[in-house]
Amino acid sequence: MCDTCGCSDGEQGVRLVEFGNGNGHDHHDHPHTMLLEQKVLARNDELAAGNRAWLAEREIHAVNLMSSPGAGKTTLLERTIRGLIGEVGISVVEGDQETLFDAERIRATGARVIQVNTGAGCHLDANMVATALRRLDPAFQSVVFVENVGNLVCPALFDIGEHSRVVVTSVTEGADKPVKYPHMFRTADVVLLNKIDLLPYVDFDPARFTEGVGLVRPRTEIIQVSATRGDGLDEWYGWLRTRHGRSVLST
Amino acid sequence: MHELSITQSVVEAVADRVGERRVTVVRLSIGRLSGVVVDSVRFCFDLVAEGTVIEGAVLEVDEPTGHCRCRDCAAEFDVDDPIVLCPRCGSADVDVQSGRDLRIVSVEVTTACATPAAAPTANRA
Repeated sequence: MCDTCGCSDGEQGVRLVEFGNGNGHDHHDHPHTMLLEQKVLARNDELAAGNRAWLAEREIHAVNLMSSPGAGKTTLLERTIRGLIGEVGISVVEGDQETLFDAERIRATGARVIQVNTGAGCHLDANMVATALRRLDPAFQSVVFVENVGNLVCPALFDIGEHSRVVVTSVTEGADKPVKYPHMFRTADVVLLNKIDLLPYVDFDPARFTEGVGLVRPRTEIIQVSATRGDGLDEWYGWLRTRHGRSVLST
Repeated sequence: MHELSITQSVVEAVADRVGERRVTVVRLSIGRLSGVVVDSVRFCFDLVAEGTVIEGAVLEVDEPTGHCRCRDCAAEFDVDDPIVLCPRCGSADVDVQSGRDLRIVSVEVTTACATPAAAPTANRA
């Protein structure tokens, strides 16, 4: 409350700091300090928690699939959907700045898919995923993959309500990616090293890559795969089955 | 450029809380391990604030250092680098206890007084 004129803004939790405007009661704006103390991404986090609850009601396991552009996320998804057909129902939220190309590829597998075009946006956020999930209407006890915008930086910071974070890197990108993009790798539940069929043709040191992952995310499992040739996919499916089973059992 | 989204979130959150009040200062805490580039937030701030109650506000950013505890040797240490290694034993198995914060701490607002001094006394009753 203003000591001079007695006016009050009635705001709970507002701390008033008197700056003193002299004796003349010279009206005036009141400068106040408002303590906010809230997370910058509080709204996103609330929406993400809402997504998680919505998924839990349906015993759905949601995977946030992240990588740089061209690491092979869509090819991995096509292969995974076909590999687990009849065993695990899979539907997909596709995130790209523009085009329906990836959604069309997923649709060709027979899986349900929703494309989100972010325009200038460099990542998916919880609000976009909330809208997409409700339109996708995934089946009870299924798996939803959210293929994030290809980008090793921005998606790392945004919780979209997923249960698992899967980071894909390919051997054509260089073994130093984990230490160059630590924020992305430090939240990964599993790292897939893709395109290992190309190892004989590129200068990529898997040991150095593993060491880099260990520096930013100790004890994280790395699965070497080739989404085109099929190497390592059984191990990847095994990982996914375990995570999916937990979602089903935990609800 | 997630700093644009981050800055939009700041402006929206502040606008929600302050109502019609004019904001003159916005104070943020952006930890050094948060993955957010403070210079980029500053770059975006004026653009995003334009046309809102925050337009023209000064942005003040505190950048706290990360504080960590090694899970292997229990050493406690401060760090600014996003790749966190224990300076005593070299382990990467480290519990980051602070430094990833991304918080709106406070704002300075001005509120026009409800009963201006120039108003006739009769109008105050």
